[in-house]
Amino acid sequence: MSLVLIQLLNGLQYGLLIFLAASGLTLVFGILGVINLSHGSFYMLGAYLALSLTGLTGDVFLALALGIPIAFLFGMAIEWLFIRHLYNRDHLQQVLLTFALILVFNEIQQSVWGSHPLSIPAPSYLSASIKITEGLSYPVYRLALMLICLALALLMVFVIQKTRVGRMIRAAESNREMVEALGFDARILFRLVFAAGVALAATAGILAAPVESAYPGIGDRVLIISFVVVVIGGIGSIRGAFVGSLLIGLADAFGKVFVPQFSAIIIYALMALVLVMRPAGLFGRA
Amino acid sequence: MTIDRRKFLVYAGATGVAMPFVRPSWAQSGALRVGLLLPYSGTFAPLGEAITRGLELFVKSQGGKLGGRDVTFVKVDDESAPPKATELTTKLIQGEKADILVGTVHSGVAMAMVKIAREQGVPTIVPNAGADAITRGMCGENIFRTSFANGAVGEATGLAMLAAGHRKAVTMTWKYAAGEEMVNGFKRAFTKGGGQILKDLTVPFPDVEFQSALAEISTLKPDSVYSFFAGGGALKFLKDYAAAKLGIPLWGPGFLTDGVEKAAGEAGNGVKTVLHYVDTLDNPENKAFVKAFSEAYKVNPDVYAVQGWDAGQLLKVGLGAVGGDAAKRKELNAAMAKASFASPRGPFRMSPSHDVVQNYYLRELKGGANGYLGVAAKELAPDATGCKLN
Repeated sequence: MSLVLIQLLNGLQYGLLIFLAASGLTLVFGILGVINLSHGSFYMLGAYLALSLTGLTGDVFLALALGIPIAFLFGMAIEWLFIRHLYNRDHLQQVLLTFALILVFNEIQQSVWGSHPLSIPAPSYLSASIKITEGLSYPVYRLALMLICLALALLMVFVIQKTRVGRMIRAAESNREMVEALGFDARILFRLVFAAGVALAATAGILAAPVESAYPGIGDRVLIISFVVVVIGGIGSIRGAFVGSLLIGLADAFGKVFVPQFSAIIIYALMALVLVMRPAGLFGRA
Repeated sequence: MTIDRRKFLVYAGATGVAMPFVRPSWAQSGALRVGLLLPYSGTFAPLGEAITRGLELFVKSQGGKLGGRDVTFVKVDDESAPPKATELTTKLIQGEKADILVGTVHSGVAMAMVKIAREQGVPTIVPNAGADAITRGMCGENIFRTSFANGAVGEATGLAMLAAGHRKAVTMTWKYAAGEEMVNGFKRAFTKGGGQILKDLTVPFPDVEFQSALAEISTLKPDSVYSFFAGGGALKFLKDYAAAKLGIPLWGPGFLTDGVEKAAGEAGNGVKTVLHYVDTLDNPENKAFVKAFSEAYKVNPDVYAVQGWDAGQLLKVGLGAVGGDAAKRKELNAAMAKASFASPRGPFRMSPSHDVVQNYYLRELKGGANGYLGVAAKELAPDATGCKLN
């Protein structure tokens, strides 16, 4: 029974972290129509940013406070330099360019931080573990991580549902020409959305750094899982990304315990099942 | 003495037949070409670099010559990509005319390389890749290893755990070849000595979510955990294991803490590992080696540098026996097969299957460094089941 409780915590925590990364991907995919393969690289850069900034400030949350604006500005620069040229191109060109970005970011990572795995400590006030069953303790930082991810998810829903920017984003998602005809500059909007996507991926990377540590290729797995989440949840749907992430997190956690021999494929089986039942995803528009 | 026509023809014919087998002396006058197939990019690049440095340092210490002949290195980056191994090995042998091959780190690449080296007969030294098969089913006259077999490291760790009084263990590793071999070697030694395996836990490679497995360990209540991960995965595992506060001693092959000692910090304290080298080993060869290496490269040597250095020592034995003539492959192989010398890691001897008979040492991680606790297994010979050499 305690195993079920622990796996529930593990699944939720993993799912919420994936949600941060996947929501950025689904926004960019749904609103900009760009397949962004370099999304995992922004997660990786977030993790390494956390490393350097924590070294500088001494606390991962200060690193987060500094890292989010840095990532946002970086995202705007990348959009201006590369991504904006892709909006009216076909998917193959998008894939080629964003794949090239992966290679460039990996090379930057290698030359700046090297190829040895590096890690940062959780902040001292969160470094304890709570005893949850006899013999097993759960790190407090992981519990805090869940709360932070949940808070960010709520904030995102608030921004998209209740604010002017959110209304513009929703409008642009359903009809870009109409938004432009009404006098809004879609170029600025797109730049902000892309930057927000980068910032979300980087946030996930920064928050994960104390538990995941940072090493080359850390973003690859996140990219693949994020795509799985987007497919399950439906392209462009934040709500879909949320449900999809939690499904993936829980399926992964319980799969590992109850059907260990299939744990490597269980999330892909889940994706295949959703594709068969609802080809547009759980919350996607067909 | 007169030579009649008939005798002349016999001599001429004999010379003609002998020609392909006896390399004329002018072929030897050039430098010996040692082909290095090693990772110089990607995750394993630091390992490839360390092996190369160890080997080059040894050759330099011999005045740049082995068996009286100048040595040049031809370096090829194998990118740790098994699909490219066949082409790159062929290129080194045919295109670069390498007399000797040295490689590599990644077991998948090494197996493809060894397969070709066996067909072509080029004397080959494996300075790291631990796949058991290289000195078991795939062993060959001209294939040598100066590092370790995965199974042997596992066996030595099992012996050390028995000696520490552990009897009920859970194993945990990635579900891939190296992990399975390290676990199988461990189980062989541990169960033979009266130990019991409660469960084998695996995580899909290269997944780094360990919480579920840790939860399972807490319910199984073993008296020790034997685990193998490497690199970033190992670092995360050490931290997760410490945070779970299981209170169960964690053991593993040395690779569990290799390269992540400092990054693990407090989480690594008390983790015991077994490996064939510790840089604080107290023997004259090691002291001289550490001094020379750190003077030359401004960093301390690691186990990979030692394996490269010993590849050089092994080559010296082989080439010394044939006066630097690498074309005398049979004699060269025979000399290397009987090689035995003092290595920085302690006594080094070739086993009948051309793997290393060596000591394994018990280390404990504390404050970001591995401390030497003693010998875990003395002159352990790796399992040679399936190898038909003798």
